Amino acid sequence: MTIPSENQNNEDYLVQVTNLKKWFPVQTSFIDQLFAEEREFVRAVDGVTFNIKRGEVLGLAGESGSGKTTIGRVTIGLDEKTDGEVIFDGINLSTLSQEQLRKMRRRMQVIFQDPLASLNPRMSLGDAIKQGLEIHYPETKDQHRDIVLEMMEEVGLSPAKFFYNKFPHQISGGQRQRVVIARALVTKPDLVLADEPIAMADVSVRALLLDLMVKLKNDYNLTYLFITHDLATAKYICDRIAILYLGKIVEISDLREVYAHPLHPYTIALLAAVPVPNPHERREEPMPKGEIPNPIHPPSGCRFHPRCPYAQAVCSEKEPELRELRPDHLVACHFAEQFLDS
Amino acid sequence: MTTNKEILMEIRDLSVEYTTRLGQVSAVDKISFDIYKGEILGLVGESGCGKSTMGKALMRMIQPPGKITGGQIIFDGEDIMTYDDDQMRDFRGRRVSMIFQDPMTSLNPVQRVDEHVIEAIQVHEPETKTETALKRAEKLIQKLGIRKNRMNSYPHQLSGGMRQRVMVGLGLVLNADLIVADEATTSLDVIVEAKLADQLRQIREDFDVSLLVITHNIALVAELSDRVAVMYAGHVVEIADVEPIFDNPLHPYTKGLLDSIPNIKLDEKEVLYKMPGEPPNLTHPPSGCRFHPRCPFAMPICSKYEPDFKEVTPGRQVKCWLYIDHPEKEQATIEVQA
Repeated sequence: MTIPSENQNNEDYLVQVTNLKKWFPVQTSFIDQLFAEEREFVRAVDGVTFNIKRGEVLGLAGESGSGKTTIGRVTIGLDEKTDGEVIFDGINLSTLSQEQLRKMRRRMQVIFQDPLASLNPRMSLGDAIKQGLEIHYPETKDQHRDIVLEMMEEVGLSPAKFFYNKFPHQISGGQRQRVVIARALVTKPDLVLADEPIAMADVSVRALLLDLMVKLKNDYNLTYLFITHDLATAKYICDRIAILYLGKIVEISDLREVYAHPLHPYTIALLAAVPVPNPHERREEPMPKGEIPNPIHPPSGCRFHPRCPYAQAVCSEKEPELRELRPDHLVACHFAEQFLDS
Repeated sequence: MTTNKEILMEIRDLSVEYTTRLGQVSAVDKISFDIYKGEILGLVGESGCGKSTMGKALMRMIQPPGKITGGQIIFDGEDIMTYDDDQMRDFRGRRVSMIFQDPMTSLNPVQRVDEHVIEAIQVHEPETKTETALKRAEKLIQKLGIRKNRMNSYPHQLSGGMRQRVMVGLGLVLNADLIVADEATTSLDVIVEAKLADQLRQIREDFDVSLLVITHNIALVAELSDRVAVMYAGHVVEIADVEPIFDNPLHPYTKGLLDSIPNIKLDEKEVLYKMPGEPPNLTHPPSGCRFHPRCPFAMPICSKYEPDFKEVTPGRQVKCWLYIDHPEKEQATIEVQA
């Protein structure tokens, strides 16, 4: 069983996350706070453990409210965690000072979903990409422009000199996302957090962006933490995938293993819900009832039990632990054995 | 599937233009197609192709700086382009209703669900008593899988899926003949989206209503619709029953689009087609066929003349020079087998 503590010093892992928690306090009025018995929290991330190998793409997939974005942000230190441990390249991030953490950011970059919101509308594309260099490599100032131009060519903003002085509103959505990718990679990071990086792009442009991300990963020896709600897209980039439900990992393994042998009822439903572009293979099976519940008062026991067609009494009482049912395939369900044969 | 086709709505040469600082944008350019009674027609395309404009134009809801610049919309034998404001007000809601992407912006945040439904009924049927309207509303809402006690809820107290079902209910309560669903499932999570898709299919059975499903999600259209119309840069480039579209796409854009969408099946489509370029800016659309700069089969004629929307087999139309003869064309015309 892959208990992360056993791999504490394993050189293969770039990122090791253990029992990560992020609770957001619920906004209430001062009067309510005075009389409330205890403070309420949104348990956005409630104890997740995973590792990312060097050079691997780990997908975090789940519906909105499952905590996937929060996990990403907390992992690279954009948000402070409530509890747990994040070890990046052997270094425990919580032991670092602000200054050390700032230096570490060079190695952990982010690509957000909305490129227009990520770019300063009054900064030229070249300057936007250059900013990371100015912060992290001030000593090589005279080479910055050349590095940026080279990077722009790499991501397909060609001819780079033409794009260098353009502004975000002058280029297309797909090109903007290329700028954001270039900006993330120019500091030569090890880990890239990609939060729904192609969700805003047009269908016909997505394949090109995905392809670019895979190519850059190989060229620059990158490791991706790839956040997505789209399981079909994940197939084309992720090596491994973690399925999240209400702040918990319910299943984690190689992507192909999970898709071929899903062991958690939620994963099974999620995979079945994804429409297939083939009118001859329309889905027949019914979908689980209800919607993802309120994370302030998550259901007791297994959080999926109120919606689960296989739920039994124990499911509402005891929270299932992640356990290894197939080689390197972890699932958090009391009754996952029944899906082993299918 | 759609054998005895009775036409509900005929759209003929419909054009919509927007006036912008950079010039006229022809968002919908002389589009013609039919919507049949009781069918689910999927209208797919990328952002900016004009599909939402198309949907709004069917209810004459284009707001300035946009304008319907020509064409006819014939519904039940009458051209609604000739209707005056009163007739249009009655037409919207009673005959054709619309569901939008974000139900939160369509529902009134300070009105309860029952108030919404009663209002919808009484606006069109002022003689209906509130109690009668409430009874009708309750029956309908339950049919859509919302519990009766939810009638007293405000929109923010409902989940995203429930809100969208309330919107569907508002569309159905006046027995509209056509519901236009503009990206109605897009903001929903995949399981909720799948459930709403099931429900839309059920509604078609139960209420014998036609649905125009406007979406960028091609896989959803494969799950849901009987026929598919593909839009690109203000034109419908192909229309056919759903199986032939997916089995044998004729227009190079349809083919490229289908080859570029991810498929979750592990053994299928391991590599995605990477369509070159991006959708054009419609202030200056490409000459001739608007897809020619991105088309792998482009011929000299494609940039010169716009192809007709030709019926290549019964019930199947495609707007592409590959399938149309022309004296200036050197390549052989492809004959399509039915």
